[in-house]
Amino acid sequence: MLGIALLVFREVLEAALIVTVVAAATRGVPRRSMFVGGGIALGVIGAIVVAVCMGFIEGSLGGVGQEVFQAAVLLTAVVMIGWHVTWMSSHGREMVQQMQRVTDSVKAGSSSIAILLAVVALAVLREGSEVVLFLFGMAAGGASKLGFLGGVPLGLAGGIAVGFALYFGLLRIPIRYFFSATNWMLVVLASGLAASGAGFLIQANLLPAWGNQLWDTSWLLTNRSIIGQAVHVLTGYEARPTGMQLVFWIATFVALVAGMRFMSMRMAAQKRRAKSPGRSTVSTGATRAA
Amino acid sequence: MRGSRWLPVLMFVCAAAFALPAYAESTPEFHLVLQNHKFEPASLKVPANTKFKVLVTNRNATPSEFESADFNREKIVLPNSTITVFVGPLDKGTYKFFDDFNQATTGVLVVE
Repeated sequence: MLGIALLVFREVLEAALIVTVVAAATRGVPRRSMFVGGGIALGVIGAIVVAVCMGFIEGSLGGVGQEVFQAAVLLTAVVMIGWHVTWMSSHGREMVQQMQRVTDSVKAGSSSIAILLAVVALAVLREGSEVVLFLFGMAAGGASKLGFLGGVPLGLAGGIAVGFALYFGLLRIPIRYFFSATNWMLVVLASGLAASGAGFLIQANLLPAWGNQLWDTSWLLTNRSIIGQAVHVLTGYEARPTGMQLVFWIATFVALVAGMRFMSMRMAAQKRRAKSPGRSTVSTGATRAA
Repeated sequence: MRGSRWLPVLMFVCAAAFALPAYAESTPEFHLVLQNHKFEPASLKVPANTKFKVLVTNRNATPSEFESADFNREKIVLPNSTITVFVGPLDKGTYKFFDDFNQATTGVLVVE
């Protein structure tokens, strides 16, 4: 029972941490819980489909189908998070100011929210498909009923509890800094997902490793420990990273930060023009005073 | 003279025909079998500073996940199927791997 609980916990924890960061980042958005719930439901369905099709995925692409699939899921999530954080940096401020009201800016943002629904679904799909295969194996291998009825809910509850703990921890961040904090978390999360994606492409021999082991910090924190795993999900931490993974991490981070900066600068310029056409210098002073 | 136009193409095809198998052969293969929830062999000797392939065959009736934190690999192995994982080049040493779906099932790569 404990073996089942532990594996379910580990996989649920990974998905739950991603879902939590997404949920926090979309705080105050109308119908958010519907989107997050919908994403989880889609992810569970997707996980079952992926588990059933695993033989086909594995057999395709000359034996590297699994790696390509994993990398595709991870890198799709990276692009989607990137899209969201750049959009947020042009609208984030209004969302904070008008959090209680359904505003045009939030409505306009529902496309961005739909994208985050997909990120939630992908996270659940990726981890969930492993749980499904594992449980299938346990069932076929004759695990006891008690093992299932005890282990699965225990692992599930544990993973979800950690997600909620992180969520309520994040809620303690003052609202002024809240969205920039969650945005930074998304940027770091996406960078880590990109590095994991690169790892799968290296495993498939589709990318060179560029240094198989840049450093070894497994004495400090191994990826097998629960904390190491949580840090890995949230930041992409690897005790023994390859050069290529570091390149992916940095490239994603730089691209997203540049995108965010560019969008918020463009938004600020638009606002200046809208408020007082032709007197941009004066209006800047006025906005600062206000 | 007409034949000479095709000569470079022919040369390229021949070169490719020889080069491709040569490339494939340059990656040594090592085999692991999962049976009765044990890795066979439990200790696999592989060369240092060389990229190699590990082929893992699962003869159990249940799925496994070949995983290693030491050399950063994870891949699901369905029942009665074989997966290929590219590993290395690794420095000399001992690297643990395990079945993530059955964590008592472990083995080591001995890189020398």
